[in-house]
Amino acid sequence: MIVLLLYVFIFVVAFFLVTKVIAKATTRDFTSLKTVTFGDESAVRPNRAASVISILTLFLLWGMFTGSTLLPKFLHAPGPFEGLATFEYTAEAPGQGSDTATVSVMVHPIDQSVDAPEVDPGEGWAKNDSATVGVWRSGLIRVDGNDEFGRDEGAEVVAVNGQPISPGGEVITDFGRIGMSPKGTLNFEPNQGWQMEPIWLPAPEAVVARVVEIASEGFRGSTLWEHLGYSLFRVIVGFLCGAIVGIPLGYAMGLSDWFRGWFDPIVEFMRPVPPLALIPLVIIWAGIGEVGKIILLFLAALWIMAIAARSGVSGVRISKVHAAYSLGASKWQIMRYVIIPNSLPDIFTGARVAMGVCWGTVVAAELVAAEKGAGMMIMVASKFQNTDIVIMGIILIGIIGFGIDMLMRWAERLLVPWKGKG
Amino acid sequence: MSGLAIDNISMRFDLPNGTSVQALKNVSLDLKAGELLSVLGPSGCGKTTLLNIVAGFLAPTDGRIVLNGHEVKGPDAERGMVFQQGALFEWMSVRENVGFGPSMKGMAKAEKDKIVNHLLDVVGLGAFKEKAVYELSGGMQQRVALARCLANDPDVILMDEPLGALDALTREKMQSLVLKLWKETGKTIILITHSVEEALLLGERLLVMAPRPGRIHKEYRLPFAELGVNQDLREVKKHPEFAVKREEILGMIWDMEEEIMGRTEASA
Repeated sequence: MIVLLLYVFIFVVAFFLVTKVIAKATTRDFTSLKTVTFGDESAVRPNRAASVISILTLFLLWGMFTGSTLLPKFLHAPGPFEGLATFEYTAEAPGQGSDTATVSVMVHPIDQSVDAPEVDPGEGWAKNDSATVGVWRSGLIRVDGNDEFGRDEGAEVVAVNGQPISPGGEVITDFGRIGMSPKGTLNFEPNQGWQMEPIWLPAPEAVVARVVEIASEGFRGSTLWEHLGYSLFRVIVGFLCGAIVGIPLGYAMGLSDWFRGWFDPIVEFMRPVPPLALIPLVIIWAGIGEVGKIILLFLAALWIMAIAARSGVSGVRISKVHAAYSLGASKWQIMRYVIIPNSLPDIFTGARVAMGVCWGTVVAAELVAAEKGAGMMIMVASKFQNTDIVIMGIILIGIIGFGIDMLMRWAERLLVPWKGKG
Repeated sequence: MSGLAIDNISMRFDLPNGTSVQALKNVSLDLKAGELLSVLGPSGCGKTTLLNIVAGFLAPTDGRIVLNGHEVKGPDAERGMVFQQGALFEWMSVRENVGFGPSMKGMAKAEKDKIVNHLLDVVGLGAFKEKAVYELSGGMQQRVALARCLANDPDVILMDEPLGALDALTREKMQSLVLKLWKETGKTIILITHSVEEALLLGERLLVMAPRPGRIHKEYRLPFAELGVNQDLREVKKHPEFAVKREEILGMIWDMEEEIMGRTEASA
């Protein structure tokens, strides 16, 4: 909730700062006078400053709530209590009156173990105590354990830091909350602060450190590049197989009514089946090795490519074919110089979609079962609660997926510049 | 014999719902080589169907087309076609588009380049040879389409509303260009149009067609095309006869449209 409010706050502040203050000071054109922008998508261009601030904000929030060392201390959200906490308790035993003693609790980072602080037992029948509790953790402290009159003798704790307490009740102190269990034991809970524990969300630098570590040392017997490389290799081989079969199939379906009739039911049925639903069957038939993965990706790409090629062929304007005929072209020449170039933009669109689907499918298939691969990496890491590896894996998968799309767009601009210009 | 004979053409389309549409009924026409014919009529009168039959894209239900003594059996380079728009190959440059016909015939490169360069100069696109066609304006694209058609040196040029999508100014310039090319090349041209003015300006002969079934309603022989070859088209339009003919034909087509509307209203 606080994170959301903070996010909205940064959004609003950045918006006013950039659009009203900075933009006013620098630009003086008539763009702002354009009144009709609703429904005119071309009139709305992404504000690059907004994009940059948006990304920075995400990292800022991430750093703030994980206590990142990349950020100056004053930007951190309040962290959990750490260090020595002391409080007093007052116990009453029948016939002995009340006595007060001090408890010293060392709250330590959970990846270190420390000894309980040495304390002097002190005067009176209630003796001073000491204990250790990990940061973000809580601990029951039997303060009467070393007292002359313990619970077995009828003694009970009646106050903490002078405030009365009873079973089920609690006392709030500077460093946290002290509750009392139904049996009368004190439960010490140091303040957790607003930051996330590393097992839920590690700090950005921890993720980066993990990338470096896995890149050099590897994970489960393969380096990071091997894991990612295997995933990419499967996508590329599967996609190429799908394209090699799918494109001619699509052409045949676009050109011959027999092929169209024969394959239409198959293609139309298989197209809406999510490739993920085929994973169990492919594992049964081909196992969890490379062959199974490639068959799965082949099936994921095949229908998309076939449909793209089919629509590319049937989408040719009849006037273009007529024009070619009346210019003296033969059927083969029309195929080579009109139908095929005309279908390329559609095929490229299909290829872009297919690559995206394949990338998603391969990660999912690796999540289910694999020995190497990006999906396997995050799945195994999640079983050991290695959240940093999981986050690293997700970010890398995202970057690669984005990279594939960018690459396909670039190839499209280069190879079919006439797309959408017919 | 030289020339194009449209011999008693009928065309019936069978619709999927079992009914059929008589698009053309007993259309006959003789065109001498080098004649310029414009065809006019309300929508649905079968103008485009007639053109597609002459081009060989459609086989008529009845009748035949005879060109220079042999019967038309299908599309061929001897009958070039210029479409309204969108028939250029956008994956080819202007030069490749114009050279498409010669390339298909396997003409040597030097000879082809000569033809292409000459035609691009004729239509005024000499400086745009290497441009992609989608970088050109609509009017320039139609010039490319004209040049592409001429590069094949066809006997007959069929034009299906070639200027229909252009703005008024570009259209006027293109009308002059069509007249100029007609005079210089001496081709037989059939031009289909929606515009009465264009039909009058570009038709040495003018055919008004009537719908349901598509048939020839009236034929004119006009002096304006000849006049337009040497004269500004705006001057031709001031010709007293021009206005008379325009009103006459407009009224004729207006009546046909009224009749169609009335008929649909009655049946509705």
